Amino acid sequence: MRPTIAGVVLRMPYWVFTASLAAIFVFPLAWTAVSSVSPHAGTNQVDGWGFGNYVTLAQYQAGVWRYLFNSAFVSLLTVALTLLVSLLGGYAFARFRFPGRNLLFVATLAILMVPYATLLIPLYVLLDYVGLTNSLVGVALVLTMFQLPFATFMMRISFEAIPRELDEAARVDGCSPFHVLRQVLLPSVKPGLITVGLFAFLAAWNDFMAPLILVNDSDRVTLPLAVANLRGQVQGVVDYGATEAGVVVLALPCAILFLILQRHYVRGFMSGAIKG
Amino acid sequence: MVTKVRRNRDAAAGWLFASPTAVFVVLLFALPLVLVFKMSASRWPLLAGDQGVNFPDNYVKAVENRFFVDSIVFTLKYTFLATVLLLALGLGLALLVQESSRWRNLLRVSFLIPSALGLASASLLFYVLYSPLAGPLAPVMEDLGISFLGTPNMALGSTLFLIVWRYAGFYMLLMLVGLQSVPSEVYEAAHLDGATRWQQFRRVTLPLLRPTLALTTVLCVTGSLLAFEQFYILTKGGPDNSTVSVVQLIYTVAFQGQNDLGVAAALSVIALFALVVINVAQLRAFRYEGT
Repeated sequence: MRPTIAGVVLRMPYWVFTASLAAIFVFPLAWTAVSSVSPHAGTNQVDGWGFGNYVTLAQYQAGVWRYLFNSAFVSLLTVALTLLVSLLGGYAFARFRFPGRNLLFVATLAILMVPYATLLIPLYVLLDYVGLTNSLVGVALVLTMFQLPFATFMMRISFEAIPRELDEAARVDGCSPFHVLRQVLLPSVKPGLITVGLFAFLAAWNDFMAPLILVNDSDRVTLPLAVANLRGQVQGVVDYGATEAGVVVLALPCAILFLILQRHYVRGFMSGAIKG
Repeated sequence: MVTKVRRNRDAAAGWLFASPTAVFVVLLFALPLVLVFKMSASRWPLLAGDQGVNFPDNYVKAVENRFFVDSIVFTLKYTFLATVLLLALGLGLALLVQESSRWRNLLRVSFLIPSALGLASASLLFYVLYSPLAGPLAPVMEDLGISFLGTPNMALGSTLFLIVWRYAGFYMLLMLVGLQSVPSEVYEAAHLDGATRWQQFRRVTLPLLRPTLALTTVLCVTGSLLAFEQFYILTKGGPDNSTVSVVQLIYTVAFQGQNDLGVAAALSVIALFALVVINVAQLRAFRYEGT
């Protein structure tokens, strides 16, 4: 059916309403991106367009590259550990019967029930005891633990969705459980792994509280903390321009990953809703 | 015999594959959970470490902290408002974009994009946006007498706006998943019976959406009760300590000024129990209403 002119006119309020709604969600991001390269008050960049704010950001304390490296290191290590642990764990929970299986699974999900701060304070003491405070590895270990409820659950249902006959046939042919995992099942759980990896990356890249509590050394903090510290460093004067630049650098990888992997992001919610 | 050997081998393999999970859960979850109880019953300054049992001093100090009651009242108020706003908006947006079309898909993506940002990044973004010096409204703010973070109510409202902006798309997505699980035959039947759109929504959609509403309520309440970044970064607990959340209080006691991990641990234990009680109560409420 072709839209008639009357139909289009009647739909006008709908278009205006939904478009303004969308604008409210997009505007803050768009404004920040534009204003980070434009001249305005409250920044070190008052004359002309350009990347002055990014230069300020780049030269802040240990330099933005240092913080970017720290963030990338923590995020990638968290993703790698989460993928490895949840792949093996999901396989164990979905395919093997062993004593303590249900207890361990429930304990893993129980991580969700405990407030973040309740765990971070004793974790600070424990990591200090083994010399892992002020360490990016320590932060990644803690972030991996916080990812496990979602990741283990996701991988378990990914394995359970594969027909058992597939691995049983391979087992009869004399394959070890590890071979079955690597050669038979791995390709089928790849979508689950992508979802788990995406969530782990977004959580680790954006996490604020774990590095805030576990890292004291200002050279070892991650980017969100560095950008937050940026405010009020220079004699209490806030450099809003450099803060905007920092937000753009923080948001860009997330927005790009999100747009590319949207499908996998949505699946993360579907799985939770089916069982939950 | 063969099956027994096979079963034992299976158990061994299962444990082998589950062992990394077990190591993480025991060392980084169970152990800290035990430790936080021990810390809450011990004198434990940040730098000096364990100074021996002093139960129940930390709990007394925690309850007597001058922000204890204020932070609980504020956190509950914030949680109530955030949950009502996010669930209503999440459901509203989901109904708006429920059926697929090119325009609605575009709307969905624009609502969802803020969800990709971290809460810390979003808080920093709004810190600039609300600034009387550099924000987009800066030129007119003074003339109109607006100050986004200047009064307790404005600070709360501004934080809620930030949270709605960041999370509305996220809750829309959860609601969409729930809406998809309602079979279309039910709507057709309601339509044939002459139900109006509002009746359909009240009598069909809402009841069938109950599991989703339960899930989103628990998620939103838990998340809001544990709010930290938005207050630590955006309002810094101000003005006049009017926006200090419970978790922020725990952080302050542990690492800023008092440096008392024992009292912070006591506060954490109290928060843990409160959260468990509130979540159990919510799940029960949803179950009873359902029967």
